[in-house]
Amino acid sequence: MLLKDKFMKFINYLEKITGVDIYALTSFGIFFTFFIVMVLWAWKADKKMINEISQIPLEN
Amino acid sequence: MQVEKFYYDNKSVRMFGYATVLWGVVGMLAGLLIAVQIYLPAANFNLPFTTFGRVRPVHTNAVIFAFVGNGIFMGVYYSLQRLCKARMFSDVLSKIHFWGWQLIIVLAAVTLLSGYTSGKEYAELEWPIDILITLIWVVFGINMFGTIITRRESHLYVAIWFFIATWVTVAMLHIVNSFEVPFSWMKSYSFYAGVQDALVQWWYGHNAVAFFLTTPYLGLMYYFIPKASNRPVYSYRLSIVHFWALIFIYIWAGPHHLLYTALPDWAQSLGTVFSIMLIAPSWGGMLNGLFTLRGAWDKVREEPVLKFMVVAVTCYGMATFEGPLLSLKTVNAISHFTDWTIGHVHIGALGWNGFLTFGMLYYLTPKLFNTPLYSKKLATNHFWIGTIGIVLYAIPLYWAGFTQAEMWKQFTEEGQLKYTFLETVTHIIPMYITRSIGGLLYLTGVFIMVYNLGKTIAAGSFIGDEEAEAPALPKVPETHGKQYWHRWIEARPIQMLIVSLVAVAIGGIIEMVPTFLIKSNIPTISSVKPYTPLELQGRDVYIREGCYLCHSQMIRPFRDEVARYGEYSKAGEFVYDHPFQWGSKRTGPDLARIGGKYPNAWHYNHMWDPRSISPGSIMPQYTWLFDNKIDTALTGAKIRAMITLGVPYPKDYDKIANDDLVTQAKSIQENLKKDKIETPGNVEIVALIAYLQRVGTDIKAAPKQVASLK
Repeated sequence: MLLKDKFMKFINYLEKITGVDIYALTSFGIFFTFFIVMVLWAWKADKKMINEISQIPLEN
Repeated sequence: MQVEKFYYDNKSVRMFGYATVLWGVVGMLAGLLIAVQIYLPAANFNLPFTTFGRVRPVHTNAVIFAFVGNGIFMGVYYSLQRLCKARMFSDVLSKIHFWGWQLIIVLAAVTLLSGYTSGKEYAELEWPIDILITLIWVVFGINMFGTIITRRESHLYVAIWFFIATWVTVAMLHIVNSFEVPFSWMKSYSFYAGVQDALVQWWYGHNAVAFFLTTPYLGLMYYFIPKASNRPVYSYRLSIVHFWALIFIYIWAGPHHLLYTALPDWAQSLGTVFSIMLIAPSWGGMLNGLFTLRGAWDKVREEPVLKFMVVAVTCYGMATFEGPLLSLKTVNAISHFTDWTIGHVHIGALGWNGFLTFGMLYYLTPKLFNTPLYSKKLATNHFWIGTIGIVLYAIPLYWAGFTQAEMWKQFTEEGQLKYTFLETVTHIIPMYITRSIGGLLYLTGVFIMVYNLGKTIAAGSFIGDEEAEAPALPKVPETHGKQYWHRWIEARPIQMLIVSLVAVAIGGIIEMVPTFLIKSNIPTISSVKPYTPLELQGRDVYIREGCYLCHSQMIRPFRDEVARYGEYSKAGEFVYDHPFQWGSKRTGPDLARIGGKYPNAWHYNHMWDPRSISPGSIMPQYTWLFDNKIDTALTGAKIRAMITLGVPYPKDYDKIANDDLVTQAKSIQENLKKDKIETPGNVEIVALIAYLQRVGTDIKAAPKQVASLK
């Protein structure tokens, strides 16, 4: 019975989820921002460094 | 700067290479056996451990975790050392990792054939083995991160990012999906039930494909294609976008395995949306691999290693184009539960994983043994036989899947189903036969490779410790122009691990938490009650024999399925199902409403010899169930485990559960006697009949009592 009492049984903590949209919007926001920043970085990264890194497998 | 001399450890690479080949042959032989069993039931040999339901998990686990698993380790142990300019962190850990993984594989084969299974696809192994996997995975992690930390190269090449993401995500998936409550030293019940169990399982199943069969191999692609073609990757910038986009999006797509099921609709839609988005990074990666060979196609003509790699990457592109297509609800309505899925996964398994592994083996063996490949011609023959094998394997299954789905959905003008289920099966038998020939060809190619590599090894001399030189890593990393945030991350493996974990955890959390915690997602049905002790024992027999591998328990809300099987399945029906048994393939008909459909005697005779009831049936016989005694010593422990999981049995019911079991068994025994069948009441067939007669019946007791949401 210990486990049952102490751990989640994953049922019925909330009757309903209110304002469910905010979860979707937040995750989309995180997701979108991350991508924009990452693409910008990849685009603006120093060419010499990119070339150098892409040569690593060929070194030995 | 001081140049340091050190040695690459090739011994571990060699060991993992041998294991890759050995388990590849074993896993594919098991696959060939089950492919034949599907059209030749006699090939089940009427023995428990050679029957389809037990051999099939051996096949899937062997090719995924033994063949591809060792292939990953072979490739990682070779490339990581060279990309880090450092020997593997610890020789002892390398040895523990190797032998520990092989021990897991042997234990897996023995226990699965003995019927110990958790009943969740690709995660069938029972709890002691699950713990062992965790330990060995941690050993691999320490060895990998130790190597990365003691490296002599300031940059982390993109392949290493893929290895890091693989490690952290597989750890997360394995731990979350393997939560289970043991009731004996080798058996347990899944911690989750019904819809929740299904969501966790397919979150795991989908991402095991992503992070065990895809990301590590993409890392290897980013190393071995440049290496074999002797030119840098087409676009390193693209590889950065590829990495982050792939690991971010992949984790959300799991629910596309559960379209039209009782999973809440919002979760299904989320899975579909992210599956469509997956095309972008997948194809970005594929094109990056193929474009690396721009201007080098003459080499592809000469070099079998590159031939294998080109077809591997092309198959990756095909499978990742098809995957999003299959996750569209309209396409999924046709493809799901049919052989289409089997065709799809084998494009990935045989083409992408298999061929990239063969490419690596052909590349590495001459390097490790310091001698040219014994025969390029044989390797090219292997390539062609393998390619024809893949085509002969996949096309008949696409055909079979599409044909069967169309036949399932046909109605006569009078509004009756046009075909019985069995008619749709016997119709596609020729396709099954062709598929097994394709598999045989593919395996023949592997044997040619074994001979070729063996000859190469015999002619060469093994370099166990390969000498290399590189300057130590400077204390202050060198800079290139402006520094950007990504540069900060990519020089820091531990931070990389944390960011990767966050990226992969978000999707799972957003999908699972609401499904677990919010009542409106799984409306309760008051007439759904826990299984009786005899039914629970029967259910465990059902799981042990792998019935769920050919029979679904999930009626989708389609006209033909409701007409064929009965009322469509509701989320609230499965709240006591630890583990869920929805299945993913209908080689036989759905069983969600099998309870009460046929008399007990029908089941009794059918399990003894399916063809005596349904001529032409391809189901194996289960004659041992008529002799095996029900393990009543475990009844109490099973009930206690269920109570722990929140199943509402009365207090102290475990102590009297066997009394109820005997009473119910006696009533089935007497019922069978009316049909002139004499059987003891304490054999497993009685428990199995009790379970089958219960499945899907609760809802009939009070069909209108679906609780409101208040």
